[in-house]
Amino acid sequence: MSFNGNKIRIGIYMAIAVCWLTAPFFLNNYQTDVLNNIAIYAMLGLSLNIILGYGGMFHMGHAAFFAIGAYTTAIINTTYGIPVLWLLPLSGLAAGLFAMVIARPIIHLRGDYLLIVTIGMVEIVRIALVNNVFGITGGANGIFGISSPQVFGYPINGIVNPGHYFYLLTAFLAFTITVFYFLEHSRFGRALKYLCSDSVAAEGSGIDTSGYKLWAFVIGAFWAGMVGTLYAGKITFISPESFSFWESVVMFMIVILGGAGSIPGVLLGAFLIIGLPELFQELQQYRLLIFGIALVAMMIFRPQGILAPQPHTYPIDKIDEKSDDREVAR
Amino acid sequence: MSLIQVENAVKFFGGLMAVGGVSFDVPEGSIYGLIGPNGAGKTTVFNLITGNYKLDKGKIVFKGVNITGKPTHRIVASGIARTFQNIRLFSNMSVLENALAGCHSRMTSGALGAMLRLPKQRAEERRAIEKAMAELRFIGLDGQAENQAKNLSYGNQRLLEIARALASDPGLIILDEPAGGMNEHETSLLVALIGRIRDRGITVMLIEHDMSLVMRACEHIVVLEHGVKIAEGPPEAIKTDPAVIEAYLGSDDDDL
Repeated sequence: MSFNGNKIRIGIYMAIAVCWLTAPFFLNNYQTDVLNNIAIYAMLGLSLNIILGYGGMFHMGHAAFFAIGAYTTAIINTTYGIPVLWLLPLSGLAAGLFAMVIARPIIHLRGDYLLIVTIGMVEIVRIALVNNVFGITGGANGIFGISSPQVFGYPINGIVNPGHYFYLLTAFLAFTITVFYFLEHSRFGRALKYLCSDSVAAEGSGIDTSGYKLWAFVIGAFWAGMVGTLYAGKITFISPESFSFWESVVMFMIVILGGAGSIPGVLLGAFLIIGLPELFQELQQYRLLIFGIALVAMMIFRPQGILAPQPHTYPIDKIDEKSDDREVAR
Repeated sequence: MSLIQVENAVKFFGGLMAVGGVSFDVPEGSIYGLIGPNGAGKTTVFNLITGNYKLDKGKIVFKGVNITGKPTHRIVASGIARTFQNIRLFSNMSVLENALAGCHSRMTSGALGAMLRLPKQRAEERRAIEKAMAELRFIGLDGQAENQAKNLSYGNQRLLEIARALASDPGLIILDEPAGGMNEHETSLLVALIGRIRDRGITVMLIEHDMSLVMRACEHIVVLEHGVKIAEGPPEAIKTDPAVIEAYLGSDDDDL
């Protein structure tokens, strides 16, 4: 990657960021709410990207983790009145723990087998919610009256004032992008890419492949759980139908269509899959048809996604040779 | 003092006995060869040592510690690194990233340290890149660090596998047919490289079909046939051993 290419890329990202940040000033409440949905799905996509993109595990039940986060927030907030944003880590933990228990026995399954088991998982979670397990999920009606988040005592209402919620979500999205970018270019992120590329060679290079697969699930679930909190705080009412199998498919499509293992790809995927249908409202009835055609075409012509991952440049020119010789002689 | 002891290793695949009670000791700092006709069980023995297969009987002791039944990544961490017979690189990743894979077991930072990019994690990352580059320089591929592994020539891909193994700072390196697909010139460079690896204090074990390489590089050879050790000794003795000659060329009776 040439220096100039990098500069152009950063310039494009900056321009998009400026457009994104100023967008609510030019849009009405409904349109801003669409952006909020894009932001939520972008974060969900990024969290799924850890599992599906870097780790290459076909996980089509991500909505289960999203649901557990949202329900944890809804139940605790409506019962004990604990502010929504304080429940972010707790919701993440609940989803992460659930993932740890669920993923351990299925982690060694390959490709399509894992896919089927995760579809089963998300359906079981949804059915459990509908049937009001432990009498705390509110059954098919869901849970009403979740309070809006407050930042420094200033309430942010996602329904009345989507513009305010937009900036809360954007802040969290920026945090997500930063943290996941760091994670991608680290020992952890590389380990996932190695085991995705060749798990025998990865294990033979000293990587605990099943351990890393499990942690990929836990981290992905933790994040989806936190996004669940933000979602519950936004619409203040949740029900099982918000976490159907279809939601899992949408997240899966965002990652695969945008570019598995690529943060810009997933962001673009979220925009295309959540945002575009709103732009073409009159084509609403053809939406699934267009989705289907787009997916088939992508799998044939560009299986790596629209924005495939870029090779990472390491600072090798900054390393002086003297220290290397010492390393080898050791 | 032997670095690794294989004691009465047995492995069945279904009803087929792939390895039937093989024992040998590899002294520290030696270059050991494992040879035998196709299907003799050489790669199986390697896979038993590295934990890719589980032993049905017997035990393997490395540096005085019983490593039988441990998972592969733990065995790598304890100091046994390997290369593969059919090259297994991370083909869509860069040469440097492939070498970095070997550093993994010598690093400690986890997901949280990475997500927050703590100073300790950054320093460790830098040291790993230094180490990986040093190993690439050692095998002569530092100029290709940013190239994708799949774009390397066949011989260089084999070298990169060696660099990845060396990056884990092993006490024992196991090379499965390192000269496979190499030309005469590359093979003689490989012999020199194996000597340089040993000079770093790393014990080398190798499987090889190229007899000239085995005879030139190895100090001690174990010969397997049908999963059983049929001879052991220095190259000169192996060359003239009647059992070995029979295993490779067949006796006159085989013509019947």
